Amino acid sequence: MRHTIAVLLENKPGALTRVTSMFARRGYNIESLAVGPTERHDVSRITLRVDAEEHSLEQIEKQMHKLVNVLRVQELVPGEAIERELALLKVSAPPSARAELMALGEVFGAKIADLGPDSIVFELVGSAEDVDSFEELVRPHGLQELVRTGRIGLARARSGSGRSRPKVLV
Amino acid sequence: MRMTGADAILRSLEAEGVEVMFGIPGGAILPLYDAIARGTTVRHVLARHEQGAGHMAEGYARASGRVGVALATSGPGATNLVTPIADAWMDSTPLVCITGQVRRHLIGTDAFQECDITGITIPIVKHSWLVQDVDELPHILKAAFHVAQTGRSGPVLVDVPRDVQEAELDFSYPDEVNLPGWKPPRRGHPRQIAAAAEAVAAAERPILYVGGGTLNAHATDELRAVAEAARIPVVTTLMAKSAFPESHELFAGHPGMHGPKWSNWALNKADVIVACGSRFDDRVTGKVSAFAPGATVVHLDVDAAEISKIRHADVPVVGPLKPVLAELAELLAKQTKPGRTDGWLAQIAEWREQFPLRYGEGGDMLKPQKVLEALQALTAGRDDVVWTTGVGQHQMWAMQYLECDRPRTFITSGGLGTMGYGIPAAVGAKAARPDATVVCVDGDGCFQMTQQELATAVLEQLPIVVVIVNNGYLGMVRQWQDMFFEERFSQIHLTHQLPDYAALGRAYGALGLTVDSEDQLEEALAEALASGRTAVVDCRVDPREHCFPMIPAGAAALDVLEYDPDHDSEALAL
Repeated sequence: MRHTIAVLLENKPGALTRVTSMFARRGYNIESLAVGPTERHDVSRITLRVDAEEHSLEQIEKQMHKLVNVLRVQELVPGEAIERELALLKVSAPPSARAELMALGEVFGAKIADLGPDSIVFELVGSAEDVDSFEELVRPHGLQELVRTGRIGLARARSGSGRSRPKVLV
Repeated sequence: MRMTGADAILRSLEAEGVEVMFGIPGGAILPLYDAIARGTTVRHVLARHEQGAGHMAEGYARASGRVGVALATSGPGATNLVTPIADAWMDSTPLVCITGQVRRHLIGTDAFQECDITGITIPIVKHSWLVQDVDELPHILKAAFHVAQTGRSGPVLVDVPRDVQEAELDFSYPDEVNLPGWKPPRRGHPRQIAAAAEAVAAAERPILYVGGGTLNAHATDELRAVAEAARIPVVTTLMAKSAFPESHELFAGHPGMHGPKWSNWALNKADVIVACGSRFDDRVTGKVSAFAPGATVVHLDVDAAEISKIRHADVPVVGPLKPVLAELAELLAKQTKPGRTDGWLAQIAEWREQFPLRYGEGGDMLKPQKVLEALQALTAGRDDVVWTTGVGQHQMWAMQYLECDRPRTFITSGGLGTMGYGIPAAVGAKAARPDATVVCVDGDGCFQMTQQELATAVLEQLPIVVVIVNNGYLGMVRQWQDMFFEERFSQIHLTHQLPDYAALGRAYGALGLTVDSEDQLEEALAEALASGRTAVVDCRVDPREHCFPMIPAGAAALDVLEYDPDHDSEALAL
């Protein structure tokens, strides 16, 4: 089962490497990873997407807690968190296909970030599932290049700060 | 006070109360060694190989219960420390390693003797620092010592560029650390400790399954209090050997691959297992799904990540073992019904009678087990003997035949299984316990991996007795090839006589003795033990002897293979 984990870590040299190295060493696979600054200049936030059983997830979170630079680990539970992803898609767009592509983009709320003689670059912000769907729809037109940021997420405004772990440690 | 980074390192070590450090100088750490020459209260022991320095620091840490300190230069000096760091990581030995690094402006240029040691060691340290600013040095060292010994102890590394060692700062050693992400538990949850007590008090066949974490937590008195409060038998893992007095009536031996059958039965037939600073290592459990079927597991550990990692914990208690065990003992003293475990203890005693350690008695050659029996007989009742070992058959025989009654008197490489650990660890242990007789039980294969540290032992006046259980082979490999690879022996023959270990010992300025037969054994060992000198006793033993009992890898722990007198020993080149 797939899980989204948010990690707050000190903005120190090597901190990200320590997190990713732990995943590699313990044999956990990272599906996507997004890292960036937060409201505090000395703290970074990683949003990780992993495919793991409940037992492994608990292990991952506990092992991450042991890293000296890691300040907090929380799972972003679906329904209790906002998750977004940004994608840029360069699609083949000869004049004959343009109207259809632009209509598709409109349905998904994708912006046209750039327009060339033979291709369009779409910019889409949405849930990862929205990005998946849009990708599938434009693929038959000739998807020349695709880049996705990986998910980022925050606990919903009304639900506190998400599910903190590990629960077993009472 | 104004001083250089190198001096600040020494003042920091002094402020931490460090007595001794082990290391070897080199280019990138010259400023620190220059500061050592200018004066420090910390004794420096000059090793002959950085791996030796690292294992010495480990041996020191395990014998003393304090943090071990190792120094090395950049590049190859630092990479030679990798094995001891990995060893300390696996066995949770508190270690601060300080390495020199090339000057800051050269980092990343593939400069002479440059290597990314903080990168290389990421998976095997609790934390590491590359010091970029001399003003941070005291804070980093304070944090390094703090991290190494709090929570689950282990190794840390501080990499100091040469120009940072030379730069000046206003030194003052901080009183506190600023590590917002490092919050090891301070005490166990009272409700969980109460649940643990309840489970144990209700048990009919409880057992304490004690691991090295109990020694690391300085919690051996509290462990004994728990055992005695509810009269619970105690098995200690290899890493926990000496955590509980082995002459105690509640002692139930060592579980695991080469533990006695009765000990494995005691652990695997218990109804409540109290895991105490132990981690359900594969060498203890055998096949996990068949381990202690049906038992309720109470797991006490300072490291939350060990809880339910291998075996589900029914009652987890996360916290430092010293207060956790003390509270548990208090509750058990109130809750336990007297005599509840008498039947269980009698059963274990019966198994003990039924399944003694056995080995072959025939043949002309000295049996390896005799060496350990003789050492035990010669040292019985002494409380000033510290044992170290290498890794292999001799290590397992040492575990089986030596009796340790006092904490921190059996020092070995468990998790990583580092051949060559014994000699340098003995030198380090001697530095920690100058009053003690430190004996390294070594194998001939192990000896040849770190023998150069005999020079350190002799010249630094840290005398150790090295007893080589010399079977002329990589014995444990031979055993596996014999048992599991259809006797296809591959690249294991070292020979009994090359090198001549006693002569080699003498070349290093040690006492060197050779034992070819049982009738020479006791005299030679006694002479070495009484000599007060570094000594090498080469005991040439029967290579056909396997180490039994044995739980084959992946087999159920209850299916222990025992010594079989009818097993046909194959012809061997002797």
